[in-house]
Amino acid sequence: MGSGTGIGRVRGLGSAKHGSHHWLIQRMTALGNLVLLLWFIFSLVRLPGFDHGTVVAWLSSPLAAVPMMLLIVSVFWHLRIGMQVMIEDYVHDDALRVLSIVLLNFYAIGGAALGVFSIARIAFGGAPA
Amino acid sequence: MTRNPKRPLSPHLGIWRWGPAMAVSILHRVTGNGLAVVGALAFVWWLAAAASGPEAYETFMSWATWWPGYVVAIGLTWAFFQHLFSGLRHFVLDTGAGYELQSNKLWSLGIFAAAIFATIGLWLIILGKGL
Repeated sequence: MGSGTGIGRVRGLGSAKHGSHHWLIQRMTALGNLVLLLWFIFSLVRLPGFDHGTVVAWLSSPLAAVPMMLLIVSVFWHLRIGMQVMIEDYVHDDALRVLSIVLLNFYAIGGAALGVFSIARIAFGGAPA
Repeated sequence: MTRNPKRPLSPHLGIWRWGPAMAVSILHRVTGNGLAVVGALAFVWWLAAAASGPEAYETFMSWATWWPGYVVAIGLTWAFFQHLFSGLRHFVLDTGAGYELQSNKLWSLGIFAAAIFATIGLWLIILGKGL
């Protein structure tokens, strides 16, 4: 508890107990998602087709692979924080809430790892043609 | 945590009616969590299939181009644009602007319209490519 000032009395009392850190990361990854997903949509629309060869050729370019990896990180980070807020709001049982957040972290980090690895495999030429 | 029972809870849980602002607000959470599960899984499936080779990619595409696949894809597109425009609204609200009743209602309605128009526009382009 703080010294009796307004901010001192409320600091750390949010449902996440971590003040504004989550809030800021949520906004920063939201900006990242905005830029990268608009780039992704424009890139997809400009592709001549969505067949395997076209997609792999596009993802082989560094200027596609690197933004795609950043997109994966930004999106999964954003969804991890966002879903955590939902869990904290609706799951009131302590054990179930901790378990849900652990599973959420496994999902977010595992999904991001699979996405980044897939892009890397294509970009480094390891994907079967 | 103790609460003074003489004070009302905010937002009040029993007395409310639907309005554009609250609809946008709850849809932000619904679309966000829908995208986080269905959208993210479909996205990673697409990438993993592309990295695994033409056969795995063909399996993904056969699901994606079956009619329920289109329903999911168009639904995800709408959810994405709804969440995007609603998120932009949150950036404006974060600055302390846009809380006047009339402008809040107007922007909330505008988000529904923008999300629907963007979804239709993007799918007209995609289908127009004849895939």
